[in-house]
Amino acid sequence: MTKQITYKGTEDYIVSPDLRNSVNISVALSRPLLIKGEPGTGKTVLAESIARSLDLNLLIWNIKSTTKAQDGLYVYDTVQRLYDSQFGERDVSDIKQYIKLGKLGEAFASPERVILLIDEIDKADLEFPNDLLWELDVMSFYIPETGETIAAKHRPVVIITSNAEKELPDAFLRRCIFHYIDFPDQTMMADIVHVHYPDLEENLLTEALKAFYWLRSINGLQKKPSTSELLDWVQALTVGGIAPDRISREIPFLGALLKKNQDFAVTLRQLHSRGSKEQARSVNRGYGW
Amino acid sequence: MFTDFFYQLRREGVPVSLTEWMTLMEGLNAGLAESSLSGFYYLARAVLVKSESHFDKYDLVFQNYFQGIDTPQKLLDQVAKWMENPLPARMFSEEERNRILKKLGFPDWESLKAALEERLRTQDGPHHGGNKWIGTGGTSPFGHSGFHPGGIRIGGESHGRSAVKVAAERNYREYRCDETLGVRQFEIALRRLRQFSTRLEGIKDQLDLEETIAETCKNAGRLKLVWTRSRKNTVKVIVLMDVGGSMYPYINICSQLFSAVHKSSHFQDLKFYYFHNCIYDHLYLDATNSISKSVKTEDVIRLLNSDYKAVFIGDAAMAPSELCLADGNIFWDLGNELPGITWLERLARKFSYNVWLNPVPERIWERVYGSETIKMVQDIFPMYELTLEGLDKAVKKLMVRK
Repeated sequence: MTKQITYKGTEDYIVSPDLRNSVNISVALSRPLLIKGEPGTGKTVLAESIARSLDLNLLIWNIKSTTKAQDGLYVYDTVQRLYDSQFGERDVSDIKQYIKLGKLGEAFASPERVILLIDEIDKADLEFPNDLLWELDVMSFYIPETGETIAAKHRPVVIITSNAEKELPDAFLRRCIFHYIDFPDQTMMADIVHVHYPDLEENLLTEALKAFYWLRSINGLQKKPSTSELLDWVQALTVGGIAPDRISREIPFLGALLKKNQDFAVTLRQLHSRGSKEQARSVNRGYGW
Repeated sequence: MFTDFFYQLRREGVPVSLTEWMTLMEGLNAGLAESSLSGFYYLARAVLVKSESHFDKYDLVFQNYFQGIDTPQKLLDQVAKWMENPLPARMFSEEERNRILKKLGFPDWESLKAALEERLRTQDGPHHGGNKWIGTGGTSPFGHSGFHPGGIRIGGESHGRSAVKVAAERNYREYRCDETLGVRQFEIALRRLRQFSTRLEGIKDQLDLEETIAETCKNAGRLKLVWTRSRKNTVKVIVLMDVGGSMYPYINICSQLFSAVHKSSHFQDLKFYYFHNCIYDHLYLDATNSISKSVKTEDVIRLLNSDYKAVFIGDAAMAPSELCLADGNIFWDLGNELPGITWLERLARKFSYNVWLNPVPERIWERVYGSETIKMVQDIFPMYELTLEGLDKAVKKLMVRK
């Protein structure tokens, strides 16, 4: 029996136990792992961390709205061949040299096991995932131009991320292991920030996190701030030399956290009303329209 | 094994297929559940459930199946009330644990279940720090932040990490798709209005440049043109939104839908009109509902093509007179010769693809203020509640003629 490989997380990437679990399940069952989650929860970075932890090479296939399933397998560079036939010296009867493997093809052809990250699969056309079903199932494909079959020597570990911009087809989902990355809670977030800024003052971090989670709890924000925005903001706070006690009162550098006009207005209103409520807390005040 | 679990999941609306079930069996055989219930919980969820919006249903089924305890929502809420103001978590030392263990022993599931059911029936309020009732910080088998060798944790946080009651926490409740969510989710739902537009029909009138190059090269350089169908979206939408008055409580969700509709740039045309309570002779161009910025409803019906898909947003709750009588308009100075209901019927006849989205939750339509008029409007338009699930259904409805 082959040695079971287990993912344990890496120093620079904080992973929750159930995510680690899901990764190991997908590796053990050799099914693609589909990762969903709010933007900024570290979906893409996960694959890098797995690659480092398992000490395997990482291939990244970035999906764009124009990407076709065929691109991942191979591209037949017919234009180059035509050019060569008219002006070049190369032997155009050898079609093989005009076949360029895509990322999926590379992963199959690789002499050792690799990690393949299919990033943001939901960016592509609706049919895209379905077009890959067969290849991901049997881990091989056929190139009619050369009569070759590219088959995986070692089943690559396939990680797929999605931002849920489109629904993925059921047939595709059935073949995946699914994991939803929760937004980290305060303790985990503190660990994550620590990984990036090891020398951060403790009370600055506590205050910053308090303000950050308060901000996320506001109803009606169009775009909630995420981890990467928090990291930027914390850096801004340190560089700006803001005293910790000012943070949750004023939320300086709000622009690092919020990216929309309306969100600014909502937050400032809330911040203001919170401030006046705190002042009025001792005064017993009646409400009325 | 666990075949009932499979069927229960399906009954609760988690779309589990046989393929996935076999994968789960494969995983169990490979020992991935680590012979523990919590291992099984995560393994089965990763393999069987493919959307976070089903996590909550999964949790409920899991809880139900592996505890065999019926937990109607009301009961849960009741118990949650008892658990308010808990005692601080009490840490039990090793000796204390052993003493309790000796005294109580491990109860078997059946008697524990029976006992819990009995407690749920007879307990009348919070009890903390004791050894019998559901509460916190004691040595009763039910509750949290205490210790009992074979107890059931109810709410609270796990301090001993022994029992799998994670499911009871229902962490994914807010991801349910029958709850309302944000602008982004609305946008995604609206995007489906494009999916069904011309993909297979229409003439091939666009040059497919890429294919032309490929085919020409394969043809050894002799030009070969490849044509394709253009994929324009032909969906045209008219949105009519109720503002002010009884819609005030729903202003937040309506504005979210509003921004989602406006961000959806994929419609061929989008018309947005406002009304107050019911539609009469005029439709307003902005939310102030002033007559100076309005168009005649008559003109809208006459000028727009009938292939516009009409989306009405409103609570449909008003005085019956506003809907059924001439001069029923809530603005007294604007009389109306035709009753509102006639206008609604005319709009429905003209735009045969139509839906009504109601921000009032569907379960209270029959007893909320305005239930008579909701019923009457429902007779004219297919009505859905304004949640993600409702919007999804509405979008599907809009693709087929009534």
